[in-house]
Amino acid sequence: MIHLENIHKTYYAGSPLHVLKGISLDIAAGEFVSIMGASGSGKSTLLNILGILDTYDAGQYMLNDVLIKDLSENRAADYRNRMIGFIFQSFNLIPFKNAMENVALPLYYMGWSRKKRNALAMDYLERLGLKEWAHHLPSELSGGQKQRVAIARAIITKPQIILADEPTGALDSKTSEEVINLLKQLNEEEKMTIVVVTHESGVAYHTNKIVHIKDGIIGNIEENVSLDTSPFGQGGLMK
Amino acid sequence: MFDDLIEIFSNLKRNKLRTILTGLSVSMGIFLLIVVLSAGNGLIHAIEFNSGNMALDVMEVYAGYTSKPYGGLEANREIEFDNRDIGIGPSNFPKEVEAASGILEVWGSTLHVGSKSSSVNLTGCYPEHADINKINITYGRFINHSDLSDRRKNLVIGEKTALEFFPSAAEALGKVVSIDSTIYTIVGLYGGNTGFGAANGYIPFTTLQTIYKKGVKLDGLKLRTRGITEEADDTVFQNKFRAALSAQHRFAPDDKSAVWMYNTSVGAAQQSKGMNYIRTSLWIVGLLTLLSGIVGISNIMLITVKERTHEFGIRKALGARPWQILRSVLIESMLITFVFGYIGLLLGIIASEYMNYVAGISVIEFDGNKMYTFLNPTIDLTIAMEALAVLIIAGLLAGFFPARKAVKVKPIEALHAK
Repeated sequence: MIHLENIHKTYYAGSPLHVLKGISLDIAAGEFVSIMGASGSGKSTLLNILGILDTYDAGQYMLNDVLIKDLSENRAADYRNRMIGFIFQSFNLIPFKNAMENVALPLYYMGWSRKKRNALAMDYLERLGLKEWAHHLPSELSGGQKQRVAIARAIITKPQIILADEPTGALDSKTSEEVINLLKQLNEEEKMTIVVVTHESGVAYHTNKIVHIKDGIIGNIEENVSLDTSPFGQGGLMK
Repeated sequence: MFDDLIEIFSNLKRNKLRTILTGLSVSMGIFLLIVVLSAGNGLIHAIEFNSGNMALDVMEVYAGYTSKPYGGLEANREIEFDNRDIGIGPSNFPKEVEAASGILEVWGSTLHVGSKSSSVNLTGCYPEHADINKINITYGRFINHSDLSDRRKNLVIGEKTALEFFPSAAEALGKVVSIDSTIYTIVGLYGGNTGFGAANGYIPFTTLQTIYKKGVKLDGLKLRTRGITEEADDTVFQNKFRAALSAQHRFAPDDKSAVWMYNTSVGAAQQSKGMNYIRTSLWIVGLLTLLSGIVGISNIMLITVKERTHEFGIRKALGARPWQILRSVLIESMLITFVFGYIGLLLGIIASEYMNYVAGISVIEFDGNKMYTFLNPTIDLTIAMEALAVLIIAGLLAGFFPARKAVKVKPIEALHAK
């Protein structure tokens, strides 16, 4: 699904900052992967490149056997629209649109009619237990509810991969657990490929594979086949 | 498209006060443009109407004083026209001069009928005079050739003057009146707008010369010209005509103070040039007012777009193409300018119609002669449409530059914008 080969990225803000120093990584379809690392390690940059929100300087990124390099803005937009679902730490819901409209927004850019996309958005909200909140603005929702709206928005186009950037970073431990379980459920039941960036071990130990990044290179990759062996156990989430 | 509009309305609703305030500056701009142009039109229409009774192909020639010695004669000598000069135009310049008549006037005579009296100016004239001066005969006839050759004491006066003495205009025909102790018969009446001055009475040219002992002297000449509308043609003809007169009256052919000439068609051309200046300057004033509204809208769009950079980032992450974002901003900006511009346009037209209603016809009445100072202060639909077109283009431009900037931002940078 995802094939990264020797990815380099340097930021030029004042003095050059070499953030990614040759990342090579393969993620197969249906995997639930977490990327861990200290702040400044380059994990968010990597996720942004995976999400075609940012460009890389050297190397190769294949998404679903398509080389993602030097894409036109329109191609990039279309790939993001159809292949990738985003979940952000700060939810990134549009404040003046209600929950349903937020969830339906990706379908607007797919060219769906208002009626059809709102109906589908209601379906997804119902699945996530937010039916009664469909007509509320984000400011009227709790953090957990907001993140669930964001998840509904991320999966409404049935993307091949879900990219989550610190999805529990702004949530308390109870709602964090709900969100993680939701992601797990999506991975297990819908066979969605999910990549989570986090610095919380509790989150990472719910995933099948933990990629550790340090100073722009991959340290080690942990296979976490049996989730029960995690030091935090089933159902425990360390904040 | 309908879907897109709903999208955009939800954006506009988010900041109602700002949308309205921005819109008002546009409304005000277009309102002032319409009102200024309408008021200007009122002025222009009035001037055009007032000069509408002037024949456009008439050249008036008056005698003056020589400014230089010539042919042994000293300078500062008075030139006097006489009957022979009337023929110079048609016989020497058959191509340019269609007809000619003399100007001979007696001012401040008194017209008596029984015990009533009124002041009147007498004009001695040829039959062509009615044509040249666009005199509108409403009853009877104008002075004719027989009147002239027989030196008849026939008179043509205005309807308004006639009504001072007789119960109806029709009854005045054939009645006799006395002017300066001479009895005249009224053979015709004229009506309509005749310009300034006391009531004019028209009598045969020859009659006036005889009664007022003018001999063969004239006050001036009136020529009906052909094809002299350009200032350059006019100058050429004036020089030729002056040369012809100089041979007759022995003054230097280039002595401009010896005879004075005025060509109404050139005057009209100058007047219409002046009208164009007024019109242009009004447009400039109006457009500048409109511009201030547009600058306001550009400013707001700039701020709005900056504020929404984060939102655009979200939209891009969800798969919005750059053009889709650009288009939404453009439509938004156009919608504001169009809706509020239309309101301003409508209010402007209502205001100009109101102006038309209260001051649509402002007239100075002067002894029966109307002089308009303000007439029909409204604008054409085409101008309103042009203003609307200006608005739509302006709205597009106001939205385009900020939006293009916003669209160029990388999605990740937009997402990080606060």
